[in-house]
Amino acid sequence: MFVLDHLWIIPLLPLLGAAVNGIFGRRWPHSSTNAIALGTTGLSFAAVVELFREFSQLAPASIPWVKTYFPWIAAGGFRAAYALQVDQLTMVMLLIVTGVGFVIHIYSTGYMAHEEGYARFFSYLNLFMFFMLTLILGANYVVLFVGWEGVGLCSYLLIGFYFLRKAATNAGNKAFWVNRIGDFGFLIGMFLLFRTFRSLDFGHVLPAAAGASSDASGHFGTMTWIALALLTGACGKSAQIPLYVWLPDAMEGPTPVSALIHAATMVTAGVYMVARSHVIFLHSPVAMSAVAGIGALTALFAATIGLVQTDIKKVLAYSTVSQLGYMFLALGVGAFSAGIFHLMTHAFFKGLLFLAAGSVIHAMGGEQDMRKMGGLRKKIPWTYWTMLIGTLAISGIPGFAGFFSKDEILSAAYMSPYGSKLLWAVGIFSALLTSFYMFRLIFTTFCGAPRYDEHETHVHESPSNMVTPLVILAVLSIVGGWFAAPALWGGVDYFERYLSPVFSMPGIGEATSAADLAAATSTEHQLMAAAIASALIGLFLAWWMYIKRPDQPAKLAKSLSGPYKLLLGKYFVDEIYAAVIVRPLVWISRNVLWHVVDEKIIDGAVNGVADTTRHAGNSARQTESGNTRSYAAWIVVGAVAFTSLLLWLAVR
Amino acid sequence: MVPVSYYIVLSAVLFSLGIVGFLFKRNIITMFMSIELMLNAVNLAFVAFGRSLGQLQGQVFVFFVIVVAAAEAAVGLAIVILIQRNRKTLNVERVNLLKL
Repeated sequence: MFVLDHLWIIPLLPLLGAAVNGIFGRRWPHSSTNAIALGTTGLSFAAVVELFREFSQLAPASIPWVKTYFPWIAAGGFRAAYALQVDQLTMVMLLIVTGVGFVIHIYSTGYMAHEEGYARFFSYLNLFMFFMLTLILGANYVVLFVGWEGVGLCSYLLIGFYFLRKAATNAGNKAFWVNRIGDFGFLIGMFLLFRTFRSLDFGHVLPAAAGASSDASGHFGTMTWIALALLTGACGKSAQIPLYVWLPDAMEGPTPVSALIHAATMVTAGVYMVARSHVIFLHSPVAMSAVAGIGALTALFAATIGLVQTDIKKVLAYSTVSQLGYMFLALGVGAFSAGIFHLMTHAFFKGLLFLAAGSVIHAMGGEQDMRKMGGLRKKIPWTYWTMLIGTLAISGIPGFAGFFSKDEILSAAYMSPYGSKLLWAVGIFSALLTSFYMFRLIFTTFCGAPRYDEHETHVHESPSNMVTPLVILAVLSIVGGWFAAPALWGGVDYFERYLSPVFSMPGIGEATSAADLAAATSTEHQLMAAAIASALIGLFLAWWMYIKRPDQPAKLAKSLSGPYKLLLGKYFVDEIYAAVIVRPLVWISRNVLWHVVDEKIIDGAVNGVADTTRHAGNSARQTESGNTRSYAAWIVVGAVAFTSLLLWLAVR
Repeated sequence: MVPVSYYIVLSAVLFSLGIVGFLFKRNIITMFMSIELMLNAVNLAFVAFGRSLGQLQGQVFVFFVIVVAAAEAAVGLAIVILIQRNRKTLNVERVNLLKL
């Protein structure tokens, strides 16, 4: 029970690595940096695996396992301790974060080998691991929030890693600012939670919330406001409408960062937080509908933008936004374990896709535009096959990880009491689009004739330290969904069963009688057939448009130029935000806050004090004439005045 | 016996003359002498009070004042000579460099 008793070593190891690499890394060779970065992350992963073993032997009564290390904030009635906790949800997240994180660290040693700031990169990456693990392990909202802000900081640092590029620093700032909006909501949510429950510990809030009365449908009560405020925070971190705009821009960062932070782990923090607070959400039908609605809308919206992007990483970025939308859809219809399941499979296949895209970019010597690729299949076979596996997984082709998780979400959207046919329809249409844009990516990148200058660009397969992670993640992208496979023929969904102590929710997905069970299974099979059909239709359309008739996309773009331009311009959301929010804000800041408040009021007060002092000094200066007799006269005046005073006092 | 108030009045008159002389004369030597006049007016008051109260402190204090006055005269006259040498004048209104 070593790790259970010393939970702190899991987050602290990467922090140590970050500190050592950050301080000494510049002067040390790459091999030492690698040893520290990989060593600490690897040890952390090993500790998590050991924790998994120890945790599985715990009695159910002692779960969640809470370790309180020291009281941290004590103000009035408010108490927050630095406390870590482990339950099944934490366990799953820990395995994903340290496992995928470790693999991506390995990949980075190859991808970043020739970059400036090698040690700085790994220092940030390790720091990110520390904060992410803090976020997951935190036993109260305050510790969670520390991790939450910390990963935001690391995201900012890593998006702006190439800080000499203006676009990169702008993207970093954008990510930071947009997340501030979400974090403001999260803070409000925490204040409301404390006001309602007088505590922010999960161990106190969640049971108390479970016992509290629910808000009526369509009614905005305390629970609804708390849930909506928390949802705002989750929307910021997990890039949901309306706060998703930072994630596509975040692709300015190095590709391993896109894989680790902006696909596999950090952006799923919002999903984790909502899942963690699911008790509160379940008490508010309004909030549940909001989560499901936002999720479905985001899934569809981002998928349509992904259809026309030409930058290989931008396609994946919009795909990530879309897949996060699926996770929110799952949460919103009450299928929490399905949401976390998709979080896990998504971490595998999207991490894989980003790393493979990084490998393609590496092979092309930095080119990211898919229009300038083509025919890479033979030249970089490892990258091709692994990326193909990732694509099959994300598209929901049966047997691959994404199929199981996406199928669970879609059937929950259809059958759950919180779901509806509309949500299901949006979800399945998005699945079709997903399949289409992912195979479009594969076909334009790897198939057909090369569209680059073969004499100038020497395409080469990536080194083994980049290919190995691809293979590991490819294997996970296949087998990662098999936990749920028995459920297909009416068996046990092992993933759901593992998480069931956390999401103990009677009535959802559990048919009581055998007849109901059979009916549910048959409905599920029909839904599954629809899901498979949509994936295959997407595949076929992509094949038809980009392999069979390569002249079709241009024709289609011409005949549908209106919608095409709308999609190419990403619905002009950035422009709308700029016009509606950013520009008025800048105008107010400049003309009111700067020219009036700052210059007139604040500077006015400061300068006013200075001017008054100077005028007073100027007047007083007039007495200093340099004339001896005037000084003497002043002395006489003073003496006379003083004497008079004394006399007056004596006589009085 | 002459009442002590006579001495005090004389002392006050002398002191006032010293002040007036100091304030209205321009020649530094004259001003210097006005200071001496004020000092001696004070001396007179000391002695008068010492005698009327039958205490020695007043008389003793006068010696201190005389000693200090002598020292001051030595320094002061040296300054006067230097002013005369440097500025070729003893008019105090011309000696007004001590200002902004």
